[in-house]
Amino acid sequence: MGVMSIREAYGRALAAYGAENPEVVVLDADTSFSTLSHFFAEAFPDRFFNVGIAEPCLVDVAVGLALGGKIPFANAFAALISLRAAEQVRTSVCYARTNVKLAAGYAGLSDFKDGPSHNAIMDLAVMRAMPEMIVIVPADAVETSKWVKVVAEYDGPVYLRLSRAAAPQVHDESLKVEIGKGLTLRPGDDVCLIATGSMVGRTVKAAEGLAREGIDARVLEIHTLKPLDRELIIQAAEETGALVTAEEHSVIGGLAGAVSEALAEAFPTHLERVGLRDTFGRTGLDPETLMDFYGLGVEDIIRAGRRALERKTTGNVDRVRRA
Amino acid sequence: MASLTESRILELEQIGRQLRIDSLKMIHRRKAGHPGGCLSLAEIMAVLYFSKLRIDPERPGWPERDRLILSKGHAAAILYAALARRGFFPAEDWNRWGELDCHLQGHPDRLKTPGVEMTTGLLGHGVAIGAGLALAGRLKGLNYRVFVVLGDGECQAGIVWEGAMTASKYHLANLVAILDYNDVQLDGPVHEIMPMEPIASKWLAFNWAVLEADGHNIRQIHEALEAAENIHDRPTIIVARTTKGKGVSFMENEAYWHGVAPNDAQFNQALAELGEVV
Repeated sequence: MGVMSIREAYGRALAAYGAENPEVVVLDADTSFSTLSHFFAEAFPDRFFNVGIAEPCLVDVAVGLALGGKIPFANAFAALISLRAAEQVRTSVCYARTNVKLAAGYAGLSDFKDGPSHNAIMDLAVMRAMPEMIVIVPADAVETSKWVKVVAEYDGPVYLRLSRAAAPQVHDESLKVEIGKGLTLRPGDDVCLIATGSMVGRTVKAAEGLAREGIDARVLEIHTLKPLDRELIIQAAEETGALVTAEEHSVIGGLAGAVSEALAEAFPTHLERVGLRDTFGRTGLDPETLMDFYGLGVEDIIRAGRRALERKTTGNVDRVRRA
Repeated sequence: MASLTESRILELEQIGRQLRIDSLKMIHRRKAGHPGGCLSLAEIMAVLYFSKLRIDPERPGWPERDRLILSKGHAAAILYAALARRGFFPAEDWNRWGELDCHLQGHPDRLKTPGVEMTTGLLGHGVAIGAGLALAGRLKGLNYRVFVVLGDGECQAGIVWEGAMTASKYHLANLVAILDYNDVQLDGPVHEIMPMEPIASKWLAFNWAVLEADGHNIRQIHEALEAAENIHDRPTIIVARTTKGKGVSFMENEAYWHGVAPNDAQFNQALAELGEVV
């Protein structure tokens, strides 16, 4: 496969942007050869700080650097930034509104080798609940490299969720990303598939599968979970009346949570949620089959699309399925 | 090294006494706050804010200013006392502490209160944040110093030592911590709840320079802060032995007074003991 991994795209883009912006500094918690912040470290050794295996310290030292006018990118595994360092993120980054960029690697199930201890499947729920936080999940390598500059130049806290794995290429170099602006990747009025991160490529494939069945599926990419592009989602709800969300995360609190909350207030609509259904992951041999195992496959999205459409058509209520 | 004249020492002692009175007035009026850990800090804050810190209330964003992080953020009242007396905001604001439209929060908030360098309250953050701020100063070629005021119970938090390792790894000589070592925390004596001794050798083992001072002796605090300026290869901590509740007989060394406001009778007695005419 010639597709670059999300982490490599991030690491290379960060090093490249470092040459452009001397205020950028990078921190890591002994994972620079995993997050690939080491590309920056090699290019700018005087602007790279390794605090060792101490994620709360990683975040607080980044906070201090931000107070001093630098633009720190703090790198660590998503599970540790969002859970072990959650209090630092809440108090010192969000409440104190410091200009810290949290680059959360190994997100979702992408660290298939290390398994559930290292998986991050509730990080979006935690980060979305933080006032002042911007939450971004890129879909592919091209998009990931675009975000580095945008995130650095936004003044405030950002959580950038990064997969360890390669994701199918969705975008080309002409892509422009803007915080809070979702993307319509495919038109369609029967059902709308809303995806984030690594699920975007799979969702595009699912829409092609549905098209072969004569179902016209719209595809939205929501890269910014917060602030949510409510307009785009509500418009899709009005125009299609049947929605599916797809994410490499628990169905609790991430994209499904954000979309459900928006719809419940604005325009209640049939919604099917593709994601981990309130369960931990497990170790696998590769990220793709692991995602398939947890119901995140292209076929799963297609089935969800059919179900959403059927519910819209029949008005059936599903009283059986659980979180 | 400029040592303090006798008259300057008397002046700073007087300021310390005033900061105690101001803190108690704020806490009594609001019926909430943390008197014990304010009273133990009075001389330390007097020396820092009225002698040592290079700050200018006219220019709160001055890039070269020294920074103080009150890591033990529950001592907010004495920080508000020092900042107002130093001219960062009007002393009348004290009377509205805690009101919904008042900038003074229960614990310090850098976005709301002029002169507050960092938002604190939950314990443990100051050393690691101070290390980052000291690093930023070095990167930007600014010669400001970063002062972190720590509690002793606070040093039970692991993040303190994570920050301590980082500060010594990067030889942050522009970082100075002052430990308010009053040996009392919320639940009781520190040496019973979670003993911290030997505290000096803990910090020495983390490659910090360790200085000791009587935290109620203006000259000793000042001399320790001056001595820290001559240490160029590592961060410094000043272990300042203090008495929690200092200056008010019934509050001294009593954990009860960690976070309780005095009633009217207690308040009047406290003021009388501090020589304030009610």
